Amino acid sequence: MTTKFLVGYDGSDESKRALDFAIERAELVDASLTIAYVLEWSPYSFLTPEEIEQRHKRRQEEITRAQEAVIEPLIASLDGKVKIETVIKYGNISDTLISTATEIGAAQIILGRKGSSGITSRMFGSTAGNLVQSSPVPCTIVP
Amino acid sequence: MTVYNKILAASVASAMAVSASAQDAIGEKIDAAFSVFANPFVNFIFAPIPGTSFPWIVIWLVVAATIFSIYFAFVQFRAMRLSISIVKGDYSDPNDAGEVSHFQALATALSGTVGLGNIAGVAVAVSIGGAGATFWMILAGLLGMASKFTECTLGVKYRNEYADGTVSGGPMYYMTKGFAERGLPGGKFLAILFAIFCIFGSLGGGNMFQANQAHQQLTGLFGEFSGIITGVIFAAIVFAVIVGGVKSIASVTEKVVPFMGLMYVGTALIILLMNFSAIPAAFGSIFAGAFTGAGVAGGVIGALIQGFKRAAFSNEAGVGSAAIAHSAVRTKEPITEGLVSLLEPFIDTVVICTMTALVIIITGQLTTDPATGLYILNEGGTIATATGASGVGLTSAAFETAFGWFPVVLTIAVILFAFSTMISWSYYGLKAWTFLFGEGKAKEVTFKVIFCLFVIVGAAIPLGTVIDFSDAAIFAMAVVNIVALYCLMPVVKRELESFMARVKSGEIKKYK
Repeated sequence: MTTKFLVGYDGSDESKRALDFAIERAELVDASLTIAYVLEWSPYSFLTPEEIEQRHKRRQEEITRAQEAVIEPLIASLDGKVKIETVIKYGNISDTLISTATEIGAAQIILGRKGSSGITSRMFGSTAGNLVQSSPVPCTIVP
Repeated sequence: MTVYNKILAASVASAMAVSASAQDAIGEKIDAAFSVFANPFVNFIFAPIPGTSFPWIVIWLVVAATIFSIYFAFVQFRAMRLSISIVKGDYSDPNDAGEVSHFQALATALSGTVGLGNIAGVAVAVSIGGAGATFWMILAGLLGMASKFTECTLGVKYRNEYADGTVSGGPMYYMTKGFAERGLPGGKFLAILFAIFCIFGSLGGGNMFQANQAHQQLTGLFGEFSGIITGVIFAAIVFAVIVGGVKSIASVTEKVVPFMGLMYVGTALIILLMNFSAIPAAFGSIFAGAFTGAGVAGGVIGALIQGFKRAAFSNEAGVGSAAIAHSAVRTKEPITEGLVSLLEPFIDTVVICTMTALVIIITGQLTTDPATGLYILNEGGTIATATGASGVGLTSAAFETAFGWFPVVLTIAVILFAFSTMISWSYYGLKAWTFLFGEGKAKEVTFKVIFCLFVIVGAAIPLGTVIDFSDAAIFAMAVVNIVALYCLMPVVKRELESFMARVKSGEIKKYK
């Protein structure tokens, strides 16, 4: 079984840096990449009755959009350089990356960071920070 | 504000002041015209059982709740732990993340029921029925859990799912589809009747009454001003949300409303703790009042009517509204929505309404004669309160004894609750509307615009008759709905037994 690296990817610049880094490492050790696009979602947020009614439809649309606008261009740009799998998931980003890593038996998680500092990250924490705190496998945070 | 804006605002205000008296005259005319056909209906719905002062509609709701409780072997108590577990997401498949969660469905349905009834209604109940009314209110709340359970399970089971992934559900759909499935006649007739009452209820109790009360609150805070101003502002916000699809307003409200609810309960708890030593005596007076009816108009029956009525008005169990709200949730098992929904009357009535009642009792708002220990009654038969206030004012005065700033918070809470109730009821009304007239963008917008216009009417005009009529319409929904629930309850029983057996055998497992 080949080694698997899990990469958090959302099409942003920092996630592209993380992916570039991951591709380099993967080529060195002949690992495969699982690229996860996590859509931020809390089951405890509040919705109006109309949002509830349309939620299923919206979810389908969001997944389609994520697939078409983020995942497909990515696959095309990689052009078969490394062996990849892609997943689209909903949830808290760091929690979902951790559960995905456990599920697929990833050797490590690679994530870019926004580099926010100061009061915001002190109050709310950052995704990268939360991930490092509770990940069961080694994490690489790409600045 | 620029000078130009100031002039504009001033001229608008003066124009409204001039027309205020004309508005009152128009309002009286509408009221008079309306009452001709509304009064017989209202009198019928709220008619007392011959020889008593007991409105038959209250008996209808409580008897139904009792029958459902017995029929489902008190599912509200035996499955409550399971319900909480479902709400927490223990049984939710992680692969379904991103769909509406059980928690969200519960929170949304609750924001439609928690409102004025919990604050003003309870105050009315205890000031007429005394402390004992609280006991009957709690009992009716506990029984009502079974009605909610029944209607919400059916709402999900018989909803319509469309190709684009949206769903429509509610009593109209279980009446037509459920009756057809069981080979029962009259489903279509009941459904149309229900939909008509639902539209009236939505425009009345779910709209005009809320707008009217919100305006009362604002005048309490800022002094008298024309209701048209409140109405137009409210209508504009409601329009932005339901027609314009402005998500931010709704999402802010939906976040603030639960916070307000928690703050209300939290403040009530603090007041109870501050008066810890008075709690046993308060419960003593609740129990004594419930069974002796000492000193209140109508005795035990008076206390019981007030308590039952309040619970029914507040938690809407059996009315069918919650079935519409819950039916949009995607779940493999309809029964899970039923189990989640049974927590609503518990939170709404057994927790929040009871808190209001306890605070009013414990802070000594209901005055008693030191010599006899009995309540001092006003001329109208209501209990004299310490400050002479009634309704929201009584609740406000009770909380004010501990926290001087509370009335301001309460005003904001009442306005927000009114707003979130309007948003919920606009949806219930819309579902009834599309059931009658068909789905379609133009038809939906028509109803939404009508809904917004009624916000202005509700805030602007003193509408005694119309308010009575809309209360009656909401209860008429319950008459039709409960008939359908009796016919379809065996379906729910099969679902419940099958689900419980599979939970027990481990076929339905927890994901966490």
